[in-house]
Amino acid sequence: MEAFTAHTGRAVPLRRSNVDTDQIIPAHWLKKVTRDGFEDGLFEAWRKDENFVLNRPERAGASVLVAGPDFGTGSSREHAVWALQNYGFKAVISSRFADIFRGNSLKNGLLTVVLDQKVVDRLWELSEADPTAEITVDLEKRQVLAEGVTADFELDENARWRLLNGLDDISLTLQNEADIATYEAARPSHKPRTIDA
Amino acid sequence: MGRTLAEKVWDDHVVRRADGEPDLLFIDLHLLHEVTSPQAFDGLRQAGRPVRRLDLTIATEDHNTPTLDIDKPIADPVSRAQLETLRKNCAEFGVRLHPLGDVEQGVVHVVGPQLGLTQPGTTVVCGDSHTSTHGAFGALAFGIGTSQVEHVLATQTLPLARPRTMAITVEGELPDSVTAKDLILAIIARIGTGGGQGYILEYRGSAIEKLSMEARMTICNMSIEAGARAGMIAPDETTFAYLKGRDHAPEGKDWDAAVEYWKTLRTDDDAVFDAEVVIDGASLAPFVTWGTNPGQGAPLSANVPDPASYEDASERHAAEKALEYMGLTAGQPLREIGVDTVFVGSCTNGRIEDLRNAASVLEGRKVADGVRMLVVPGSVRVALQAVEEGLDKVFTAAGAEWRHAGCSMCLGMNPDQLAPGERSASTSNRNFEGRQGKGGRTHLVSPQVAAATAVLGHLASPADLSDVRTPAGV
Repeated sequence: MEAFTAHTGRAVPLRRSNVDTDQIIPAHWLKKVTRDGFEDGLFEAWRKDENFVLNRPERAGASVLVAGPDFGTGSSREHAVWALQNYGFKAVISSRFADIFRGNSLKNGLLTVVLDQKVVDRLWELSEADPTAEITVDLEKRQVLAEGVTADFELDENARWRLLNGLDDISLTLQNEADIATYEAARPSHKPRTIDA
Repeated sequence: MGRTLAEKVWDDHVVRRADGEPDLLFIDLHLLHEVTSPQAFDGLRQAGRPVRRLDLTIATEDHNTPTLDIDKPIADPVSRAQLETLRKNCAEFGVRLHPLGDVEQGVVHVVGPQLGLTQPGTTVVCGDSHTSTHGAFGALAFGIGTSQVEHVLATQTLPLARPRTMAITVEGELPDSVTAKDLILAIIARIGTGGGQGYILEYRGSAIEKLSMEARMTICNMSIEAGARAGMIAPDETTFAYLKGRDHAPEGKDWDAAVEYWKTLRTDDDAVFDAEVVIDGASLAPFVTWGTNPGQGAPLSANVPDPASYEDASERHAAEKALEYMGLTAGQPLREIGVDTVFVGSCTNGRIEDLRNAASVLEGRKVADGVRMLVVPGSVRVALQAVEEGLDKVFTAAGAEWRHAGCSMCLGMNPDQLAPGERSASTSNRNFEGRQGKGGRTHLVSPQVAAATAVLGHLASPADLSDVRTPAGV
């Protein structure tokens, strides 16, 4: 995973709540068997409208998505995270994320930042008034900075440490091989098995 | 202090607990399908890692599979390539696979329970958000992303922070016309699509205890639509009776030991939930959605709501957008909404009891002119059972299409899709924009409402049908 320390970029204000992962990346894109090449599928249906915010020339190259509440609901497809990253987003800000999407994002180095809706409103207003306005997401300080905005955010220390260092979860877990083996040896025999092993 | 059901199952699976770290949880059963696994197998290959526990892993094909002409090569080359990738990966790593054409193939959340692999007190994961279905057995079951799929393949564990617990207590007697689907749609409308966020839900109370396993699976299946990590129901005699004798259910002494353990899996009387919602079951009625998320629902007897009636600005805006997308006007009676397509199937309502319920309404009746009805069994086993009971004949006699098992029109990854602007009554779980096909409009309903809607051509419940059954033999 790519390490995340801090990022500064222009924003895309997405004034919609309940943006489900079917909107982020429609199902027909899920037939791909790679982790890349999803950028054209990002918000595919909405992008057919030339006035959709992502299509506006002033939003080209923006890298911080500022979304409405309940972002990433629905399907567990990690493709939603890959699509946002493939497109160029480094961070997503919302007042509330769906659990699975949040977990997926943090495992891929896409920083999802929870801020109060009042702060999200401020960032929307700022970015709509001035598309060149930059937002800084600083994971070391756990802070979001923009003109007139200084907002602290929370992220559990373990997730933050993994992100800051770009650590691979599987390698970390395998350091506990002895614990896993001990647990396995004590599992009761009535537990289900898919094959005789 | 006592513990909740979720806390008991969680505690029984902690491999390692340390300050400042998420718990490392052991996974008893890992279900795989073709869509969310290819990149995970690639990761294993790149790191040179094997699948740690092949005996706790099983795969099937469901999302991409066609429901017609399954003996012919799959027409869509990209779908075909994805299925072939799963077959290649399972062969290379040694994973048990039930491919298209196999008698155990079907929607992964229908297959696990019917094989008896889903058992009380187990942890079950799958790269699929509707893994919450398996919570109906008192399992702790949740959907994961592809990175976590790789993690479980490699380690049979997951590092996870423990969610909070919420009781959804449903007391009172459900009216005869009210199904599990109506109940869960009403619950989601009540708590919202984010209401369960960060929680494991436990459905309890007298109305839940009376439900069959199929109905319990319908309820737990849609926990994710309320934003919950998982949904659970305490195992009881209904659960044990469903499991007894299934392929992978324990036998002999193991069965006795298992039941003894399973009986301990109840929330203690002195346990405290972090939140509780109480629902009066007797007050419920058939429920349908009018909007573009599963929380935008109302009783069938209601009208399309007026967005202006929402105090919350973001809800108001969402309702406006939803009505625009759905092509509906505020105040329009839900019963007057005409549909083009009716879909019966999915991991929510594609089990044998669901097909029986739909067939009982359709028997002796005809699907309305101009309405297309697809019946897609959740698995090959469900299809075979339905044929044995003659349900397929009921559907085809009524003018419905009897298809092969798979996810089908629930998400339209195969050719079963809505055309732009087309409207469906669907027993599936998501009414998101474009979910069933680009520009398609979805109303979520129960199997009974789906069947009645097919007959009348507009959203309806079986009670609306009293005078239109064609006498047998006519």
